[in-house]
Amino acid sequence: MPDRKTRLVTLMLTGLLAGPAFGASKILATSGAGSIEGAAGGGLVPWAVIGGYGSDGEWGAAASLGRVDVDDFRLGTASVLAGVHDRLEVSFAQQTLQVEPLDAVIEQHVYGVKTRVAGHLIYGRLPQLSFGLQHKVNQNPAIATDVLGANSASGTDTYIAASKLYLHALFERDLLLNGTLRYTDANQTGLLGFGNSGGEDPQLVGEASVGLFLNPNWAIGAEYRQKPDRLDAVDEDAWRDVFVAWFPNKRVSVVGAYADLGSIALWDDQQGWYLSVQITN
Amino acid sequence: MTRLITILIATTLLAACSTQPTEPDTTLYNRLGGQAGITTIVDNLLFEIGGNETLIGFFADTDIDRFREKLIEQLCEVSDGPCEYTGDSMAQVHADMDIDNRHFDALVTDLITAMTEAGVPTGAQNDLLARLVPMHDEVIHAEEHLNGDER
Ligand code: HEM
Repeated sequence: MPDRKTRLVTLMLTGLLAGPAFGASKILATSGAGSIEGAAGGGLVPWAVIGGYGSDGEWGAAASLGRVDVDDFRLGTASVLAGVHDRLEVSFAQQTLQVEPLDAVIEQHVYGVKTRVAGHLIYGRLPQLSFGLQHKVNQNPAIATDVLGANSASGTDTYIAASKLYLHALFERDLLLNGTLRYTDANQTGLLGFGNSGGEDPQLVGEASVGLFLNPNWAIGAEYRQKPDRLDAVDEDAWRDVFVAWFPNKRVSVVGAYADLGSIALWDDQQGWYLSVQITN
Repeated sequence: MTRLITILIATTLLAACSTQPTEPDTTLYNRLGGQAGITTIVDNLLFEIGGNETLIGFFADTDIDRFREKLIEQLCEVSDGPCEYTGDSMAQVHADMDIDNRHFDALVTDLITAMTEAGVPTGAQNDLLARLVPMHDEVIHAEEHLNGDER
């Protein structure tokens, strides 16, 4: 089952675990977690944070494995990212969607860049503002283009994200707020292709995350991701989840969530578990 | 969806319950353990800095006794304790050091460790950090905050 790219990510994961830690000073958990499209974020939503623990003048790297297990689908993601000077993030994700009722597999590659343009997650008044691109190439677009009427097999999302960690904000705890605006022509993040019979049909969608740090190691929260609904043949709903995140140290983070993905292709009411593990240098 | 909402409400309640309400007349100073507690925090912090390659170089020529004394005073004052900070302004102290976020992040990390080792509860830790972090700009861009006569 695991193909070459998944093996590559697994190799990087073990490499990062075994390799020597090099200068990476950012405060615990400010790396964010791994997200389904490879960018540092919450799980479903990319955040403005730059992944890894590299602060000013430092590098950071991370590798993640994630899995969403809902009623009729399983989405596996394997991703790697590098953060440069807490300013620039490049990422790659390989997504594998198993459509269980059809016994079909759809794979997608996501190439991401993100750059912090203003502000900081913790310091100063301004939230951290980042601008990002995600170029997605669906490897098995036949279902999307031939059956569902998608326009193409690849597309590029652009987004801006704003993230701020408010210290001592709620119940004496630190509160993370994130808002992301995405301009996209992807159907179900691209797993069902891009655009529709009318062409690309890009739309602006909003995404949001809240997280509350119970202590430096544990956070709970929720995410919401608005989605376009542009295919005539099938419905697409917003995605949401509630999560628990664990940052035992700067090497490892784990996110567990309960996700509600609504209708996907022919199947309604898709709910289930999300689990993601990230290893950082 | 109802299941989702139930989980959300349950976790929020959990968060609320795990937090002791602060008595209004308890100062942060008391919650840090008063003078003894703050002294322990600062001593723990000096120990952490001593083992931190990112930070130790800055303190090569520092009078550590003075640094320790002034920092204890400052944490006492900032946490509404019965002290007056008698050191130099943050801008004066940190000017021309070329401190960037890497150093600031490293110091925050060491301070969290120092407080945790001293047994300071999470809420009080967050409160102290929330009072210190606004000094970030004065530390990082110290030169811009200096008045003419301080230079
Ligand atoms: C909010 C953050 C900070 C606070 C509240 C703070 C506080 C202080 C205080 C009270 C002093 C003693 C002042 C005096 O002697 O009159 C001091 C000195 C010093 N601080 Fe900071 N500081 C902060 C951030 C930093 C950072 C990020 C560094 C970077 C490594 C740093 C490096 C130093 C050094 C090297 C000295 C000794 C200066 C000397 O030798 O005279 N500080 N700081």
